[in-house]
Amino acid sequence: MSTIKMTVNGKSVSAEVEDRTLLVNLLRDTLNLTGTHVGCDTSQCGACIVHIDGKAVKSCTVLVGQANGANITTIEGIARGDELHPMQAAFRDNHGLQCGYCTPGMIMSAIDIVNRHHGDLDEQTVRHELEGNICRCTGYHNIVKSVLDAAGRMKVAQAAE
Amino acid sequence: MGVEGIGASVVRKEDRRFITGRGRYVDDIKVLGMTYAHFIRSPHAHAKVVSIDATAAKAMPGVVDVLTGQQLVDDKIGNLICGWSVSSKDGTPMKMGAWPAMAPDTVRFVGQAVAVVIAETKNLAKDAAEAVVVTYAELPAVPDIKAAIAAGAAQLHPEAPGNVVYDWAIGDEAATKDAFAKAANVVSLELLNNRLVPNAMEPRAALAEYNDAEEHFTLHTTSQNPHVARLVLSAFYNVAQEHKLRVIAPDVGGGFGSKIFIYPEEMVALWAAKKTRRPVKWASDRTEAFLTDAHGRDHLSHAEMAFDKDNRILGLRVKTHANFGAYMSLFSSSVPTYLYATLLSGQYNIPAIYAEVMGVYTNTTPVDAYRGAGRPEASYLLERLMETAARQLKVDPAELRRTNFITQFPHQTPVIMAYDIGDFGASLDKALAAIDYSGFPARKAKAKSAGKLRGIGFSCYIEACGIAPSKAVGSLGAGVGLWESAEVRVNPVGTIEVLTGSHSHGQGHETTFAQLVAGRLGISIDQVQIVHGDTDKVQFGMGTYGSRSAAVGMSAIFKAMEKVEAKAKKIAAHLLEASDGDIVIENGEFKVTGTDKSIALPMVALAAYTAHNLPDGMEPGLKEGAFYDPTNFTFPSGTYICEVEIDPGTGKTEIIDFVATDDFGRLINPMIVEGQVHGGLAQGIGQALLEGAYYDENGQLITASFMDYAMPRADDLPSFKLSHTTTLCPGNPLGVKGCGEAGAIGSSPAVINAITDAIGHNRIEMPATPGRVWTAMQMQQAAE
Amino acid sequence: MYETIYHRPTSLADAAALFAKAGDATYLAGGHTLIPVMKQRLAAPSDVIDLGRIKDLIGIEVTGDALIIKAATTYYDITQSAEAKRAIPAIVHLTTVLGDPAVRYRGTIGGSLANNDPAADYPAAVLALDATITTNTREIKAADFFQGLMSTALQPGEIITAVSFPIPAKAAYSKMRHPASRFALTAVFVAKTKSGEVRVAATGASSSGVMRVPAIEQALTANWSASALDGITVSSDGLMEDIHGSAAYRANLIKVMAQRAVADAG
Repeated sequence: MSTIKMTVNGKSVSAEVEDRTLLVNLLRDTLNLTGTHVGCDTSQCGACIVHIDGKAVKSCTVLVGQANGANITTIEGIARGDELHPMQAAFRDNHGLQCGYCTPGMIMSAIDIVNRHHGDLDEQTVRHELEGNICRCTGYHNIVKSVLDAAGRMKVAQAAE
Repeated sequence: MGVEGIGASVVRKEDRRFITGRGRYVDDIKVLGMTYAHFIRSPHAHAKVVSIDATAAKAMPGVVDVLTGQQLVDDKIGNLICGWSVSSKDGTPMKMGAWPAMAPDTVRFVGQAVAVVIAETKNLAKDAAEAVVVTYAELPAVPDIKAAIAAGAAQLHPEAPGNVVYDWAIGDEAATKDAFAKAANVVSLELLNNRLVPNAMEPRAALAEYNDAEEHFTLHTTSQNPHVARLVLSAFYNVAQEHKLRVIAPDVGGGFGSKIFIYPEEMVALWAAKKTRRPVKWASDRTEAFLTDAHGRDHLSHAEMAFDKDNRILGLRVKTHANFGAYMSLFSSSVPTYLYATLLSGQYNIPAIYAEVMGVYTNTTPVDAYRGAGRPEASYLLERLMETAARQLKVDPAELRRTNFITQFPHQTPVIMAYDIGDFGASLDKALAAIDYSGFPARKAKAKSAGKLRGIGFSCYIEACGIAPSKAVGSLGAGVGLWESAEVRVNPVGTIEVLTGSHSHGQGHETTFAQLVAGRLGISIDQVQIVHGDTDKVQFGMGTYGSRSAAVGMSAIFKAMEKVEAKAKKIAAHLLEASDGDIVIENGEFKVTGTDKSIALPMVALAAYTAHNLPDGMEPGLKEGAFYDPTNFTFPSGTYICEVEIDPGTGKTEIIDFVATDDFGRLINPMIVEGQVHGGLAQGIGQALLEGAYYDENGQLITASFMDYAMPRADDLPSFKLSHTTTLCPGNPLGVKGCGEAGAIGSSPAVINAITDAIGHNRIEMPATPGRVWTAMQMQQAAE
Repeated sequence: MYETIYHRPTSLADAAALFAKAGDATYLAGGHTLIPVMKQRLAAPSDVIDLGRIKDLIGIEVTGDALIIKAATTYYDITQSAEAKRAIPAIVHLTTVLGDPAVRYRGTIGGSLANNDPAADYPAAVLALDATITTNTREIKAADFFQGLMSTALQPGEIITAVSFPIPAKAAYSKMRHPASRFALTAVFVAKTKSGEVRVAATGASSSGVMRVPAIEQALTANWSASALDGITVSSDGLMEDIHGSAAYRANLIKVMAQRAVADAG
């Protein structure tokens, strides 16, 4: 057992958990942040993606100890109050989700993609960058559309800040 | 209908919770005192269970209990059922072996459960499972159809000699024989329809609670049809009484058919919750999902088509072997028969059809309905055959199809189905224009100069959905009726709840169903709440599968709305001192036509519930229910055209263009309809290029994770070009046909036809992986 | 996953000491191979020693004729390195087609090499460039390091600290991705050293791991061009055969990927 301290969605948290605990389990089981999902056992589907220190990472493949002291952002932490993150809004407006299960990981991954490319994205790049996120419902068509739409919105938002 | 009514692409009401991480899936739910189940599963495809020793495991800290298959038998828990009885040609009923939820004596596929550990945490349950000693005596296994029907093959069930469940047929054998006798040309093909794993992104899960004071169970489960689950769990499995069991299917992360069925784990969780007097949660991991979720497809077929000298089809003869896996899953028997062979006429005038289907047992995971269920297998067979025929007869593939299109409706096929309406030529024309068919030769030449092989492939599919008229399916052996129910509750303040027996697991019912209601009343969809997925809230309903929720589920809401509106109009007329025949509903108001007199919906609703001033004899309240039983299937149809380029060095196929023109009748929310098509296309293209479940000779599943089973990813797929043509379905009040499965049904033959066009021959099977395409190209070169 | 004890040392010496003290320890780098294996209970280390916070193990530098990448440098950091891009662009390209973006944030070059998956990408670069692998105790030449399926010359407790790639005259990597795992179905790294030696390594093709391809090396030594390989045949003996490709297909891919790599290398 170890004591894990980290910042999750802006709040300091501390938990006493087994060393074998994965970050995703800490988030879901201990902190009740169930928006982060688990869709596979082999680090491929991306349903569990959260940001660790600003980088989109598969939380099913991170031991809590590795994230000790880190700054974690989950799907629950990206909206500002009632105001959706531009990526969330773009997924809704472009019907970028159906069952919703892969969606939190998609959104967290997509935000990171836009950040890394400074909003300069084309369809082919988005498709390549989404390689680590599997969706079974949408055929990715509207997810790609959502990410491209959000890239524009995030650029505008950054320019305004 | 207003901006939020039928036909409007409004954004989905349900999305906010999903995009903010506030969805509530089964594995998100925790209850006090909850324990975790971990199943001990057979590592062998076929074996006797000699002994199970759980002594050490039971003594481990945190272990609540270890339960075995024998205890299920002792507690008289029922075996799993198959809910559709199909008889062989000779009239004998299908031959089924028993399927216990945990095997007491014999295991017949890798992953079949023999025992379950209940412990305080998931990890402790897994730790303890390793301390349970199960001794098996291995038996020879049959991993596929050919092995199952070979002479001397190992036998799975004594009830099914030769591993044959049924040997079924449909159509007119003699007439078909005559058709072939007078044929000018015969085209034939051997086809394998590859086995698929559904892989909804949310793995299955169940949370069972038992209240011993009330003798009442609550089951949260990943179900497409919670009422059917409750019925089957109570009436057949004997784990709970129907009125003492509440089944809740909360947010469900995709189904695609795989969550129709009532699985062993749900039964065991309920039973274990009572035995241990503790809530029991089970959540599948992905490996378990690969091993235990019902698989799809897996047909081997031989097909022949007879043509006259004018290239008109005279007859079709099909012999199919369908792999059921080790046990008959809930609706498995109907998939390769009534959902497959009845669609073998496709979009074509075929005077004579004869199809034989032999269903066989193998030592593999059970196979059942997966998106399309039988219809993708039919369209794959027919459309591969049509393309092959066009090449053999040296006619344009589009024109061969057009020559044979059914153009008069209604049309009775030789295989049960009576098509109500369609315009196949319109879809074909629109798709040809969308792909720029006349420009193809130039594109092919250009690709060739760049060292690529370009090909084009067609698929003109039809499917039967809106499942289904109860009387018709009853006469064909279904154990249930396939109507749907709805209740519309207008609250005293005028907001509305619609309780539907349909279940949304991604389809967007909370939006589309609200659009129907809001549009009729001229109110905002925010005023309408769709309630589904809870047997304690919603009247008995049949659930969502077979693209039925618009055609059947919404039709039930339509009927209930008519009743609500009729009563509300009477109240409004009474309050406005007018005749109810003069009342019209506009913008949320009841108006006396031709006057400026009106009363708003909330006032009518309030009047209904205060009951201070109602017409004489009228009951208080404003709430009506309806059951809708369709009169026919609906028949969505369309043309899909795929254009590919193959890299001859690697055999890799790239989809350059994919055009889908569908006729779904009236579209409720075009944005959502297109989303359904996108997803279906991805699954059909996945089947054609990437996905395949493989067993080795010992019955071990080789493709048991995403490391080996290739799921379509964003960079495997193109953006799709969608369009629509419209013939309104005459069979339901909304004119809708159903759009959930079409993409998966129509797309795989278009892809393979494009590949065979590119490589110049037909010897390729799905999935057409780069390795297989390259190998096929070497065969061609060797032949040259 | 079995219970384990997690450690996060900040120096190499501490890491090695922890390893020596533990019953059955394992090192953790990015964790993207180890953790999935532990989740499936196929590994049961008593202790997990995380190398990810040891500053001496992180960084990229170019010295004289070599690109040196320290072992715990993540794939992502390699893709972002201007020095690496200048020195050996093929290494950076290889890294951009490895895994997916989330994996690239965590995975490390040292972890990949220590694991030596037969379809991993880096072994092809290490072998083709005749790189030297430095550990906390010694230096190991590429040819000696890889010892067959998931097996390396590393001794228990030994830690890779850096990989030194001699900067070649020309190099490129061409990969046919496995459709499911996205590892290499077959991929080839071609290199021509500054002294003119041609070295070609293929990964994903043989179950015994990364291999050199003498037939292609000979042809390219004579004539460094894609067309020089038109006439050659790569033997399929000993190549992997599975649902995603026959041995003959993999043999073809070795040739085709080599041709494409040579074309890319210029």
